[in-house]
Amino acid sequence: MKPFIKLDGLVAPLDRANVDTDAIIPKQFLKSIKRSGFGPNAFDEWRYLDHGEPSMDNTKRKINPDFVLNQARYQGASVLLTRENFGCGSSREHAPWALEDYGFKVVIASSFADIFFNNCFKNGMLPIVLSADVVDNLFNQVAENEGYKLNIDLAAQTVTTPTGEVYAFEVDAVRKHNLLNGLDDIGLTMQQQDKIKAFEAKHQQAQPWLFN
Amino acid sequence: MAKTLYDKLFDSHVVHEENGTALIYIDRHLVHEVTSPQAFEGLRLAGRKPWRISSIVATADHNTPTNGWDKGLAGIADPIARLQIETLSDNIREFGAKAYFPFMDASQGIVHVVGPEQGATLPGMTVVCGDSHTSTHGAFGALAHGIGTSEVEHVMATQCLVQKKSKTMQVLVNGTLGRGVTAKDVALAIIGKTGTAGGNGYAIEFAGSAIRGLSMEGRMTLCNMAIEAGARAGMVAVDDKTIDYVKGRPFAPKADQWDAAVAYWKTLHSDDDAKFDAIITLDASEIQPQVTWGTSPEMVVDIDGCVPSLDLAKNDVQRGDWERAYAYMGLAPNTPISEISIDKVFIGSCTNSRIEDLRAAAAIAKGKHVAPNVKLALVVPGSGLVKAQAELEGLDKIFTEAGFEWREPGCSMCLAMNADRLEPGERCASTSNRNFEGRQGQGGRTHLVSPEMAAAAAVAGHFVDVRQFI
Repeated sequence: MKPFIKLDGLVAPLDRANVDTDAIIPKQFLKSIKRSGFGPNAFDEWRYLDHGEPSMDNTKRKINPDFVLNQARYQGASVLLTRENFGCGSSREHAPWALEDYGFKVVIASSFADIFFNNCFKNGMLPIVLSADVVDNLFNQVAENEGYKLNIDLAAQTVTTPTGEVYAFEVDAVRKHNLLNGLDDIGLTMQQQDKIKAFEAKHQQAQPWLFN
Repeated sequence: MAKTLYDKLFDSHVVHEENGTALIYIDRHLVHEVTSPQAFEGLRLAGRKPWRISSIVATADHNTPTNGWDKGLAGIADPIARLQIETLSDNIREFGAKAYFPFMDASQGIVHVVGPEQGATLPGMTVVCGDSHTSTHGAFGALAHGIGTSEVEHVMATQCLVQKKSKTMQVLVNGTLGRGVTAKDVALAIIGKTGTAGGNGYAIEFAGSAIRGLSMEGRMTLCNMAIEAGARAGMVAVDDKTIDYVKGRPFAPKADQWDAAVAYWKTLHSDDDAKFDAIITLDASEIQPQVTWGTSPEMVVDIDGCVPSLDLAKNDVQRGDWERAYAYMGLAPNTPISEISIDKVFIGSCTNSRIEDLRAAAAIAKGKHVAPNVKLALVVPGSGLVKAQAELEGLDKIFTEAGFEWREPGCSMCLAMNADRLEPGERCASTSNRNFEGRQGQGGRTHLVSPEMAAAAAVAGHFVDVRQFI
């Protein structure tokens, strides 16, 4: 996994609550057996005017000019600013894969759905929870200032605005460590394999029917 | 110290704990074709093997067609879907599994229907699957939740999951459900109350006399939709119904282990004085048949209600969401629900495709006919075994004589990965779990209801109070 340390990134606003993973990456793209290449289909139904299918050349499709991410000022954004309960619905990891492939490294919202939140950390992405008031304020600032960037520092756990306001955010210590160092969860867990084997032996003795 | 059911299940699976993050052991790993290929590929690239093959139960469900089975795999017109189904078979062949129910197997079906009916889901288990509706299995007093594909690979490689303990929420539903009111209505009424984010960070235990009164099928419907309330896991304590349901199923403990298993399972309930981080109560007698009107399961009202007007929205963000929902759903505020006519009906999905659901829908459809304005009314059993049982009972005849199509099992139009879908603008009464934009097909308009309410809507051509039919 690629580490995440710091980012000074252009912010794109997606002013909706409860953005679900069906919206982030529609089901027809889940037929792929790969974990890359989903970026051109992130938010497919909002982003294009035609119906998208995996076999299409996305560069030839009709763009929806009304969709916020299609505006010229947000091209190259790496921070997605959105509202509460982002990533609800399906557990599809294709959602963070699509956002990451699109270019987002950070998603800021007032809350996230649990499975999506967890999936982000497995892919070198940082989901940041800030209060609804702070998120509101950031939406206003993004709207008023073209080229608005936020500076995100994972080690310091801070989001800093261009005018120097600093917002602290919480992140679990283990997730932070793994993200800063780009550590692979499986490799770390394998270091505990003696404990897993010992637990398994005890568990099997207590509930042998689980191992039939 | 008094423990909740969640505490008991979590604590009994902790392998290792450090800084509040635990490694928990996984007993059952359910696998389907959509969220597993990248995980198997990850194992392959790292030269890893599954830690315990006997924990894996796999089936193909999301992409599988619900008709044209006489043509076999060649009947899957979409080559990308076909490849994904074949890839699952290849991966199981290479890596192994305790059981695999491939496309067209007599026991194939939706993974959350197949697990319980095989006895592969047992009380006290930790159950995971790369699928958010894994919460379904919590109906058995199991700790069950959806995981992402990276975690699918992690569980395959290590038999463990890195977890932080959730907060606990008790949803207490006491009293008696009225005539024509089902587990689906209870689930939707709860979500209407909590909102779709209300359960974020929580594991929900459903309790109270109305929950005890539900069948195992009903409890599965309820736990299935815990994720729609934002909770990864939903669960119900073990009782005699749980044990009776499990007994005699193919992977259930046999004679020599049965008594010990039952003795343990009977401890799987929250202690009397256990403390929950949050408690929500509902009076069962007040719950009416529910219909969603918008693009989130929380946008739900009673059948005799109306599409809510903007002045009822709690803040600007919700006002914005409702305005978008009116436009997407093609509905004006204050429209009575019973005046909304429909184009299609879908009875199926991991929420409502079990035998009890089909019996309930058939009881409404019997001797009647699908209304002329309804272009398609699909009944998709949850598994091959559900289908066979339904046919044994003659339910297929009741449905087809009433103008419904009787299909092969699978996820079908719940998420429309196969050919079953809504066309833009089409409106559907659906027994599935999500009414998100585009969920059942781009531009499609989904209204979530119970199987009884879906059958009644099919016959009437618009939403109607099922209690008029019974």
